Amino acid sequence: MGFLEIRNTTKSYGPVEILHDIDISVEEGEFLVLVGPSGCGKSTLLNMIAGLEDITSGEISIKGRVMNGVHPSKRNIAMVFQSYALYPNMTVGQNITFGLEMHGTPRAEREKALAEVARLLQIDHLLDRKPGQLSGGQRQRVAMGRALVRDPDVFLFDEPLSNLDAKLRVDMRTEIKKLHQKLKTTIVYVTHDQIEAMTLSTRIAVMYQGYVQQLGTPKEIYDTPANVFVATFMGSPAMNIIPAHVVMREDVPHAKITDADGNEVLLRFSQPNLAEWDGREILLGIRPEAMTDPEGADRQSANIQTLTNRVSVTEPAGSDTFVTMVLGGKEVVARMRADALVRPGQRFDFAANMEKAIAFDPKTEKRIAP
Amino acid sequence: MSAIRHETAVSTGRTARVFLYLVLVLFALFYLLPLYVMGVNSVKPLPEITGGNMMALPRAWTLEPWRAAWSSAQIGVQPTGLKPYFLNSILMVVPAVAISTIVGALNGYILTKWRFRGADWVFGLMLFSCFIPFQIVLIPMALILGKLGLAGSIPGLVLVHVVYGIGFTTLYFRNYYAAFPTELVRAAMIDGAGFFRIFWRILLPVSGPIAVVSVIWQFTNIWNDFLFGASFGGTSQPMTVALNNLVQSSTGVKEYNVHFAAAILAALPTLAVYVVAGRYFVRGLMAGSVKG
Repeated sequence: MGFLEIRNTTKSYGPVEILHDIDISVEEGEFLVLVGPSGCGKSTLLNMIAGLEDITSGEISIKGRVMNGVHPSKRNIAMVFQSYALYPNMTVGQNITFGLEMHGTPRAEREKALAEVARLLQIDHLLDRKPGQLSGGQRQRVAMGRALVRDPDVFLFDEPLSNLDAKLRVDMRTEIKKLHQKLKTTIVYVTHDQIEAMTLSTRIAVMYQGYVQQLGTPKEIYDTPANVFVATFMGSPAMNIIPAHVVMREDVPHAKITDADGNEVLLRFSQPNLAEWDGREILLGIRPEAMTDPEGADRQSANIQTLTNRVSVTEPAGSDTFVTMVLGGKEVVARMRADALVRPGQRFDFAANMEKAIAFDPKTEKRIAP
Repeated sequence: MSAIRHETAVSTGRTARVFLYLVLVLFALFYLLPLYVMGVNSVKPLPEITGGNMMALPRAWTLEPWRAAWSSAQIGVQPTGLKPYFLNSILMVVPAVAISTIVGALNGYILTKWRFRGADWVFGLMLFSCFIPFQIVLIPMALILGKLGLAGSIPGLVLVHVVYGIGFTTLYFRNYYAAFPTELVRAAMIDGAGFFRIFWRILLPVSGPIAVVSVIWQFTNIWNDFLFGASFGGTSQPMTVALNNLVQSSTGVKEYNVHFAAAILAALPTLAVYVVAGRYFVRGLMAGSVKG
């Protein structure tokens, strides 16, 4: 049994069900990220764990204690809000210790806990300031300090980095990760940013339209997405989804695709179970980094297939060059080395790493191979 | 090349601006004229007023009319001056303003941060109370005060003014708190603060500007009220009623200088409140995006 257990939990507002049968079990010390586009229900789920929203049906328990109907302050949780929610009239020190004060912790202990947290987050010199006098990054630290000082069972983060500018966001991301590695706390973290999800989490729950689409480690989510939504939501640029036909050549399944000039391209699959899809249509998923120039192809891969296709656009991004082409009537992005010599309009040899290819059922959009 | 021309936006605006200020100063003088008349005539001996020029400065300065208005003028049948009535007004205004402001703040807090089904309806009905004319409630109010045993007393007047003021104070605080981030309340809930603690420690400390608006509004309205004071004041009538009794007396000589002094005395407290808190009044009106 998990440390934080969400069992068959649903949430409805009136007749509208917005969370359907959520089932997640989080072990102690895990960093679970709930990720999904706006309106997928991830923040609602977090608020239900916090006790800020009722649970319509099902059960949420922390450390084996059922939390349905338990007041937020009695769940031994701490939450970091998107806006930080620092009390504007209190100093940083008062902000951090407010929760302890409300729980009747003696002053001496409060001071001790405050000093410890302030040292950990390097905000010692800010303790007498008001939140209004702090920068975004400093406010973020204070908000985390307020959560840390309580020493809760579970930390809840509600998009804590989305109010920061791009550079600071990356810094704070690393900071949060360091903090988690050091303190080994259990964290549930909500974000709509798939990079945050990939970098921070030990496990990810990808949510969409009130369902958990897939729950797994970042690697599982990235390499074997459960469906087309997860495949395209996670990863940037998004995974290419190409309509293809399965054909057999010497008893091995191949993907038959038309290229930009109407020629037929055959790419051999590494997944033998696709034989049963012989003659039928599938969606071929291939990530941009599995579609490169021949020199940049993965040398570990046992199945590199070459195809020649006309280049439509090149986008040099410094570290890589993104090359767009048309395959199977869809725009497909390939990720090249920065110094690959490729020009728009040219016919160019691409190397597709078919070991990393994924096949989806075009009707259900679920993964069928590997 | 011609000489550099100094015809900038600043210089062309100058003539218009001088004209504008001139007009504004004239308006201000016109507006201040009644105050001047009151002030000047309250420090003149009576013959100087009855003898002619109201606008002239006094030839013989005297504070006697002020002393008389305060402590010896004939109010009704008693030569008490305004002093006891001034005290009545204070005893009525202070609790009425305090209670209505606190209740308004609590209402605003509940209507925005502890929302319940029908909260908007309740607020709408409370708003409605702002538009009920005083005269309509006189008889029902008399009935209720009688039943409560508060008729003709200061607590009765306090009750009337609190009931009448809650609509306004709730409006102010609700709109102010609507702009207050709900995440703060949620954070405080997780921190373990309860209903009153959140109100006291989180919301109230940042409510200064709107509290000032509420206090000024309530103070001015309650202090200046005549109808409720005359109807329900009984033996403890407020300042406004006493002033009326003084000025409207139909026997004896009309002591205009005393009347002027008394009128200024009656207006002083509201003036003082504006001078002290007026700055915050405008700021609070803007902050809560409330129309005053």
